Amino acid sequence: MESKLNLDFKLVEQARAHASRVADDTQRFIDGCTTVAVERTICRLLGIDGIDAQEVPLPSVVVDHLMDKGALPQGAAFWIGNAMVETGKDPQTLAEEVGNGTLDLTSVPTHPEAEIHAALAPIVEASLAKIRARRQRREDFIASHGGEKDGPWIYLIVATGNIYEDVVQATAAARQGADVIAVIRTTGQSLLDYVPYGATTEGFGGTYATQENFRLMREAMDKVGEELGRYIRVCNYCSGLCMPEIAAMGAFEGLDVMLNDALYGILFRDINMQRTLVDQSFSRAINAYAGVVINTGEDNYLTTADAVEEAHTVLASQFLNEAFALRAGLPEEQMGLGHAFEIDPDVENGFLYELAQAEMAREIFPNAPLKYMPPTKFMTGNVFRGQVQDALFNMVTILTGQKIHLLGMMTEAIHTPFLSDRFLAIQNAQYIFRTMQDLGSEIVFKDGGIMQNRAGDVLKKATDLLGKIEQLGIFETLEQGIFADIKRPRDGGKGLDGVVNKAPGYFNPFLEPMMKGGAGK
Amino acid sequence: MSSGLYQIRDKDLDTTLDLTRLKPYGDTMNDGKVQTSFTLPVKDDDKGAAAAVLIAQKMGLADPNVALRQKLDENFTFYVVYGSLTHTVNYDEIVVQTVTDEVMDMHETDDFLKERLGRKMVVLGASTGTDAHTVGIDAIMNRKGFAGHYGLERYEMVEAYNLGSQIPNDEFLRKAAEVNADVLLISQTVTQKDVHIQNLTELIELAEAEGVREKYIFCCGGARITHALAKELGYDAGFGAGTYADDVATYTSKELVRRLGK
Repeated sequence: MESKLNLDFKLVEQARAHASRVADDTQRFIDGCTTVAVERTICRLLGIDGIDAQEVPLPSVVVDHLMDKGALPQGAAFWIGNAMVETGKDPQTLAEEVGNGTLDLTSVPTHPEAEIHAALAPIVEASLAKIRARRQRREDFIASHGGEKDGPWIYLIVATGNIYEDVVQATAAARQGADVIAVIRTTGQSLLDYVPYGATTEGFGGTYATQENFRLMREAMDKVGEELGRYIRVCNYCSGLCMPEIAAMGAFEGLDVMLNDALYGILFRDINMQRTLVDQSFSRAINAYAGVVINTGEDNYLTTADAVEEAHTVLASQFLNEAFALRAGLPEEQMGLGHAFEIDPDVENGFLYELAQAEMAREIFPNAPLKYMPPTKFMTGNVFRGQVQDALFNMVTILTGQKIHLLGMMTEAIHTPFLSDRFLAIQNAQYIFRTMQDLGSEIVFKDGGIMQNRAGDVLKKATDLLGKIEQLGIFETLEQGIFADIKRPRDGGKGLDGVVNKAPGYFNPFLEPMMKGGAGK
Repeated sequence: MSSGLYQIRDKDLDTTLDLTRLKPYGDTMNDGKVQTSFTLPVKDDDKGAAAAVLIAQKMGLADPNVALRQKLDENFTFYVVYGSLTHTVNYDEIVVQTVTDEVMDMHETDDFLKERLGRKMVVLGASTGTDAHTVGIDAIMNRKGFAGHYGLERYEMVEAYNLGSQIPNDEFLRKAAEVNADVLLISQTVTQKDVHIQNLTELIELAEAEGVREKYIFCCGGARITHALAKELGYDAGFGAGTYADDVATYTSKELVRRLGK
């Protein structure tokens, strides 16, 4: 692809090198720690599921038990594997015994490491095989239904709070043309330090992410996908205090897209930075293995910071998210790096800036299925103007080849979308995508014009910022409030008590096979 | 050609504006013209369209015209309907509760506080409860403000603390005591199933239980908040859509000065 923006690719390389060194530096910290969420995830991957008599999820029961005994630094896999060698029982049975108080994992006699690994190996392999099969199923479905869709994926949200109602809305949206259905999570779930269990019908502004809810939505989208002859992707959120757990649940149930940002929880949910950095790493390894496309959250920066002045922080964060994701084994083709159409409609030539920035992201990350978010901050009760704002946004997507196109709703800022709002939004997008399909390849940008200069400025500022971040390190950067104007202390925020240093001999049997990347490889 | 173009039926329309019998205006006084759109959970056929007409008539629309019927899904159809509203309201009898009558800009508020309060007004804001949205509180508090209205952080005479989102009510009150706040701003964006009402009520009850209800000026805000609702929930003022930092600063500074008897 020829650069329309005449970008300085030496500068792009320099920015990438800065980001890469930041990620390497951070990875040394990540490798020394584990968290309660990571260990609960290992429990889930070992097949532990269900709840105890007090309705506490069993992965939480086991990890809380190890935490109470001060035994978490060895890792859940060690203690479970050890008990398997001793008793010959499977992890689920052992977890149930911990739940009813008949087993203390830490008082089981210790067996040699080789025996523990041998006991776990078939279970680990079975779990990986289950995830590989899920991935294969998706790939086969797409291949047997005309292959992957060209052009943008139309991404729609449902948010009724009731999974069964979500299914009705999602089915209608799929029939109307949606390619990706995201089930918005209930407000507050990101701060729960466990994952609720079972099908749920009560949520606010969204629906609980549970494994059963994932299963129900996947099943419904498979059904409507067969009817329509195309694959409908399902999206949820690997974010908050349970990033890797939700990744594991999604991997088992065949989810396709996950919101999964390296820094989002720190900035926007005040989750402790040490916790999030460790959690994001394992969650991304799981997503890499399951073939899940991750979406990053840079678009959110522009809801608190100014979209014109802070555009370079979005680009800098995209470079960082890319570097962190690569270290977790996630290929570029699964990186839905995020950005947004959030410039104030009163800004002269604002559309040119949006177009330049979207084109810039496309050229700098050519293999990434970029996620592009619609206007929200400047959506008002004027639904008629809103429809025009969304039309401009749709034009940028088709002109610059954005991939994951989150549809704007004209009733944004008023209420969660009506069935008809979604229809009108899809009609708007399809109209523009159809009539402007090849316009992007027909136009060039003026040499030294407003758009080339805009992209050049943003790239220069982003590269400078990344240089500064490399000097500071990621922790200091977050403490100084460089992203989204939000300052977070290293030892502040939620979830720090769930971070522990690994003891010698710690192991996570899933990390290495998953970090090798794609399940097919 | 649409039937409305050569309309003769309304030729006797009384085109005098009568505020005691106010009705919507399309293009002629008292024509009562409105447009509405809705979805019915039935299939797209003539029977469905007839149902849309009956619904419109029950809304009080005379001569409803179904301009669009559009299938959304097998059993859902979208209708756009035009008609003439038969209802009227008496405009002269309406009394509206407003927060303030004259809004001061940032400099006027700063001058007012300098002269009358003689110190900075301490304002603590947050999106409380489980609400993760900061868009509302940021619009009022961030330096840059929103839509050309500077935020409270920019005010010389306001000491502003924005705690962000998902702040539990007890923590919010603890912080209020810590910074010795004058004014508390609570933003609520998520309103599904009235979760905001529960949360706003809980805060006031907590403040009463702790004996600090009268210590602070309590204001709530959000797209679905009105001043009347705020008063009903026990708040001093409410700020809804179309209000900015100026409105909040004007009300709170005047109210604070009034309370302190300065």
